[in-house]
Amino acid sequence: MKKVSILAVLSSLLLVSCFDSSKPNYQYFPNMYESVGYETYAESTAFNNGIEAQLPAEGSVARGWAPYDYSDTNDGYESAKADLKSPLALTDEHRAEGKELYGVYCAVCHGSKGDGQGILMKREKFLGIPSYADRDITEGSIYHVLMYGKNAMGSHAGQVNATERWQIAQHVMYLRNELTK
Amino acid sequence: MYKDSLLAHLPLLLLTLCFSFVVNAQEPDIQKGKSLFNANCAACHKLNKRAVGPALAGVSAKYDKEWLYSWIKNSTAMVKSGDAQAVAIYEEYNGSVMTSFPQLSNEDIDNILAYTDYTPPAPAVPVAQATGTAQSDGGFSNDLILVILLLVLAALVVMLFLVNKTLHKIATANGIDTVKKEKEKRTPLWKAYAQNPFLVFVTVVFLLLSSAYVGYSYLMQVGIDQGYMPIQPIHYSHKIHAGDNQIECKYCHSSARVSKHSGIPSLNVCMNCHMNIAEYNGEEDLEKGYTKEFYTNEIKKLYKAVGWDEQTQSYTGETQPVKWVRIHNLPDFVYFNHAQHVSVAGVACQKCHGPVEEMEIMYQHSSLTMGWCINCHRETNVNVKDNGYYTKIHEELSKKYGVDKLTAAQMGGLECGKCHY
Repeated sequence: MKKVSILAVLSSLLLVSCFDSSKPNYQYFPNMYESVGYETYAESTAFNNGIEAQLPAEGSVARGWAPYDYSDTNDGYESAKADLKSPLALTDEHRAEGKELYGVYCAVCHGSKGDGQGILMKREKFLGIPSYADRDITEGSIYHVLMYGKNAMGSHAGQVNATERWQIAQHVMYLRNELTK
Repeated sequence: MYKDSLLAHLPLLLLTLCFSFVVNAQEPDIQKGKSLFNANCAACHKLNKRAVGPALAGVSAKYDKEWLYSWIKNSTAMVKSGDAQAVAIYEEYNGSVMTSFPQLSNEDIDNILAYTDYTPPAPAVPVAQATGTAQSDGGFSNDLILVILLLVLAALVVMLFLVNKTLHKIATANGIDTVKKEKEKRTPLWKAYAQNPFLVFVTVVFLLLSSAYVGYSYLMQVGIDQGYMPIQPIHYSHKIHAGDNQIECKYCHSSARVSKHSGIPSLNVCMNCHMNIAEYNGEEDLEKGYTKEFYTNEIKKLYKAVGWDEQTQSYTGETQPVKWVRIHNLPDFVYFNHAQHVSVAGVACQKCHGPVEEMEIMYQHSSLTMGWCINCHRETNVNVKDNGYYTKIHEELSKKYGVDKLTAAQMGGLECGKCHY
């Protein structure tokens, strides 16, 4: 019995020592596991800078992309605020979508009610986030700011697409109306 | 006598003095100024560091008070009217417009300026001393206790040895034989064991079974990376971001909603917050070396990779890719789609990735084996509500299986071709 227990201890030690949590495990038939094609974000010798993820070629247009004519300047902001209108109908479905997206992308700073009391504000990571009620905003200006960012807020165009930006804008306007009631 | 009465009146005198100080409305209130500053200015201004706008510490010395009043209340009008100082600032900060604050009174602005002019008395030295002594105290006492314990142990061993020796001496002096007698010869245990066929048989069977078990377990874990926890080029703590600060998973991993891949956020997403947050001020874990400096240094690594110049608050254009180490990686022969699970099924990220919001260092929580996938498909009910497109097929399937709620498996979640093609 002693032998068995020694054997068990040895073999378990062997197994434990095999597993280094900072390295991936062995694979059985790696060529079934590893992709022949380039994997997302992988390193690759196919391109000069050595990475698979490349920027789109200059001038290429993504499917469903629509041009945005307002420039990232103060004038662009003012004209978007005055003229830009949502192409979406103000439906409950859009606002429900917008509410969910707002919860993901905006509420962390602006607060779920839009009063500027998000968790990052409460924990003093960000300060001075205004309430929507104190700012003169329109759906056009909200869309514009989501697109380009403004002051301390960065652009969120990479995270939400055009339709989603309009849905968020609709929800923000709804929150503002609730706050200014 | 005169001296005595003065002493008796001194507290009263002081009290009245204090009182008049409080009552005096002209005196700007630093506390009020601080809360006004944090509520209105801090989005774009820091005290000692350039942010979107200039650093504001000591700003009242740089500009005339009347000028500051009108600038804060309506800066746009001042730039338009061609005020030289106003235009200079506007140009210096790349034409970003300062929000007008007509709601602030001159008194409010005085309070804010009092706050920006206020330099807190340097508490750094006593604090550093205190922590220094505390630390050395702790280390000192710990070491001391260890040394004392070791000494006591050594003394005990020596004493034991001495006692044993004297006892032996006494025993030999009294004529008692302390040497053990030799035992009678018996069959050794191993021989008796080897001569018993039943015991040998049982042992052989046990050995075979256990080695088969060990071998099988070893082979079955080949290719499974559960617990894989590589060292990443930037120490990104999910615990701080997703746990303490409650940032949604999908804020950074936004493509999980719409694409096959959950996506590693590009660095501009980091910069959405870290343009403002240049240093870490949260909790520390000194045992593991996660100090404020450590975390702040990791933020600097981000700035270096993304090419952000803190001094000028602008991008230099010199970027370098961050070589994140991929943790979750399915074999090439399996298809998995995040959008299908996150947006359509509404599965929480934690269901597969575990308590990410508690992970200081990210690791693979689940085994990601086929059995693990299938198991979840068998157990999870599909939310068929409000899905007009599938109403009919859901009805038919429910009838076919005689159940109210369909699992993913009953919807075809076990078909080989769904994931392997």
